[in-house]
Amino acid sequence: MNLRSKLTSVFSLIVLILLIGMTQTAHAQKIFATKSGQIYFNATGALVKIAAVNNQVDSKFVDATGQIIFGVLVKGFKFENQLMEDHFNENYMESTQFPKADFKGYITNIKEINFSKDGAYPIQVDGVLTIHGVSQKTSTKGTLTLAQGKATIAGDFSVKVKDYGITGLYIGEKIASEATIKLNCKY
Amino acid sequence: MNKLYASLLFLCILGMQLNATAQTIDLFAEKSTSVSKDLTTGSFKTTRIVNGQSIENVGAGILDFRILHRFGAINQGGYNFFGLDQATMRMGLDYGITKNLMIGIGRSTFQKQFDGFVKYKALSQQTGERNIPLSISYVGIAIYKSLKDATTTYQPYVSDKFSFAHQILFARKFNDYFSLQLTPTLLHYNIVENVNIPNDFYSLGIGFRQRISKRVNITTEYFYRIDKLAGYYDPLSVGVDIETGGHVFQLHVSNSTGMTERTFINETTGSWGKGDLRFGFNISRVFTLKKPKELKNLKF
Repeated sequence: MNLRSKLTSVFSLIVLILLIGMTQTAHAQKIFATKSGQIYFNATGALVKIAAVNNQVDSKFVDATGQIIFGVLVKGFKFENQLMEDHFNENYMESTQFPKADFKGYITNIKEINFSKDGAYPIQVDGVLTIHGVSQKTSTKGTLTLAQGKATIAGDFSVKVKDYGITGLYIGEKIASEATIKLNCKY
Repeated sequence: MNKLYASLLFLCILGMQLNATAQTIDLFAEKSTSVSKDLTTGSFKTTRIVNGQSIENVGAGILDFRILHRFGAINQGGYNFFGLDQATMRMGLDYGITKNLMIGIGRSTFQKQFDGFVKYKALSQQTGERNIPLSISYVGIAIYKSLKDATTTYQPYVSDKFSFAHQILFARKFNDYFSLQLTPTLLHYNIVENVNIPNDFYSLGIGFRQRISKRVNITTEYFYRIDKLAGYYDPLSVGVDIETGGHVFQLHVSNSTGMTERTFINETTGSWGKGDLRFGFNISRVFTLKKPKELKNLKF
């Protein structure tokens, strides 16, 4: 083998190694997904408990970019009381007109998370929350827990009912003007 | 050797290209592919249109305590305070066994009747995975008239005091503002006055709900009697449903006095033409006996 072909080989080898390296870093990008996350809200004003849960939260996030989405069918919220559920859908959320509520945003500190190491990591999430057809910028803190490659995101935040164009006689009285929302998604 | 490198190089580039597509993952651009089931809810505001059963069921594990009141005829004038001096009532308890199956019992002061019913929703109006344009339910009702009849030579058996109704409810919620229901009904009397009167009576009910505001709906219910028992009128009722948080309040004007299917469909004595109408109201208060299972395992 002459020198020239040797050099070509070495050069190709280096390129190859570099490329393989690139390929592998790119491979680290992974989508975490669930269709059975849990979301709970409490808007208890005076006396009567107004709270509901939905166990069909659709959520995905990408570990490389921190992009994260949540989606939920408004009609999927279960109340203790059927009548309350009907009123929620019909009079407040108008869920035939606005069937879904969603969130699109980013985990802004995704780089601080070491996906190869188990543990609980605090996360900061910024994005746009759409409820009742109205979109509002939202940011909140939460926790991302890693255990054997499985991720769980938990967090809570609150929304002002009026910010989302939800109106009704009882808001601010029987219904709290600010609802607290808790979320738990196991990917 | 070079050929090997070249082909490996090619594979890597291919790999990169694949990754390049992977790198453009944009969750925001994804369209949700899952078309989930969207059950139509709230076709009517409560389980009765006015007197008759509506397509609605009480939720699973929910007990509904209902008090129905019917006053006397309005055309009696001021002396009887337009009928408000007289009143008959039915007290009842309804319970949802599952979201599609409910049962109920009641006692009416009118003719001292006991009644019980079963309502089963066989088909639910929905969109999404499947498009079903209407809901269908079956209602079976048994009515026992415990009022003592005038003594005759015939000593009635207990079973003679029973009558039954079978109804198939076809309902469609056209939009948030309007729902319509058709109610073919078969009424059966275990005993009738004489041989010329049949034991079975068919009728067709029609009812609708029209929304006026978020909390106020107008309801109307009419039964066309295909087989008519002589001396009685077709029942027509017009009402207003008012929702107030934990309960629904129904106010109405009707030509019927009875609140069981036998008495209001087949034995309505009032005539709209003569102004023989009655004020009435239904109050419903719900209690949650069993929490939905979704609320049991909260992860918080």
